[in-house]
Amino acid sequence: MKISVIVTLKKDVLDPQGKVIHQALDGMGFNEVNEVRQGKYFEIDTQETNPKKAKDKVEEMCKKLLANLVIENYRIIDVQ
Amino acid sequence: MKSSVITFPGSNCDRDMDVALKKFGFRNKMVWHQEDELPKSDLVVLPGGFSYGDYLRCGSMASKSKIMKSVINFANSGGMVMGICNGFQILVETGLVPGALLRNKYLEFICKNVFVKINNKDNAYFKNIDNTVLKLHIAHNEGNYFCTNDQLKEIEDNAQVAINYCDPSGKIGQLYNPNGSIKNIAGIFNKAKNVLGMMPHPERMIDTSLSGEDGSLFFKNLINNLK
Repeated sequence: MKISVIVTLKKDVLDPQGKVIHQALDGMGFNEVNEVRQGKYFEIDTQETNPKKAKDKVEEMCKKLLANLVIENYRIIDVQ
Repeated sequence: MKSSVITFPGSNCDRDMDVALKKFGFRNKMVWHQEDELPKSDLVVLPGGFSYGDYLRCGSMASKSKIMKSVINFANSGGMVMGICNGFQILVETGLVPGALLRNKYLEFICKNVFVKINNKDNAYFKNIDNTVLKLHIAHNEGNYFCTNDQLKEIEDNAQVAINYCDPSGKIGQLYNPNGSIKNIAGIFNKAKNVLGMMPHPERMIDTSLSGEDGSLFFKNLINNLK
């Protein structure tokens, strides 16, 4: 199965990279942008065939390694 | 006094730390990250550098390496564990000290001398040290200390702030905050004060002809406290 995960900085955590990207977009004429937040995307290919079990395992991976829950949130966006 | 410096792939201040520890009387051993057990130690140091190329998050991969189980057990049983720079990042990833280290506020890699004020001397790291302000060196890209409001309250209630960035006279303010850290925090302890994580490098300040001697004060004091 392939599971896709997005890890993003929590709302109240400063994202200087997102800020700079926003400024660059602004300079390029994309003036309608309110905010940019940068995150990480993971594709995990697992031998597990049961979607529920695969999702639970990936959730455990997120908590233990892929995300630092002090500053980041994770979201499993796709299981197939 | 016996010390151990852990070397991870990508550590680059491990040798400097070895030189510093030996200069002030420690019998130091270098320990490879794939070892299972720590040698008998009075102090374990996680050195600076770029362990695992800073992949995923700084310190995250190193915090899961084999030797760290032994280091975590050592810390939890009261052993002295000090993390410098990348070592501090590894410590926050293990959860031994609270918080996280984010990208510097102005997105610059900072490499310069700074002043830090010792906030708490009631511990084996800073007890009996004469100075209140030390001039030390920092070199990092992710040193912006962050924690939640609840964590900050707990850290302050337990006097876990070790050092803060300041001016030469010890004044703490935004002007002297190089990287955006909450409350100018440059180093923190765990609750029991046997674990210390800090961004500045005392091992780079042990020689007058190269830099300064404030790191010497730190190491001399440290070994005397451990004796």
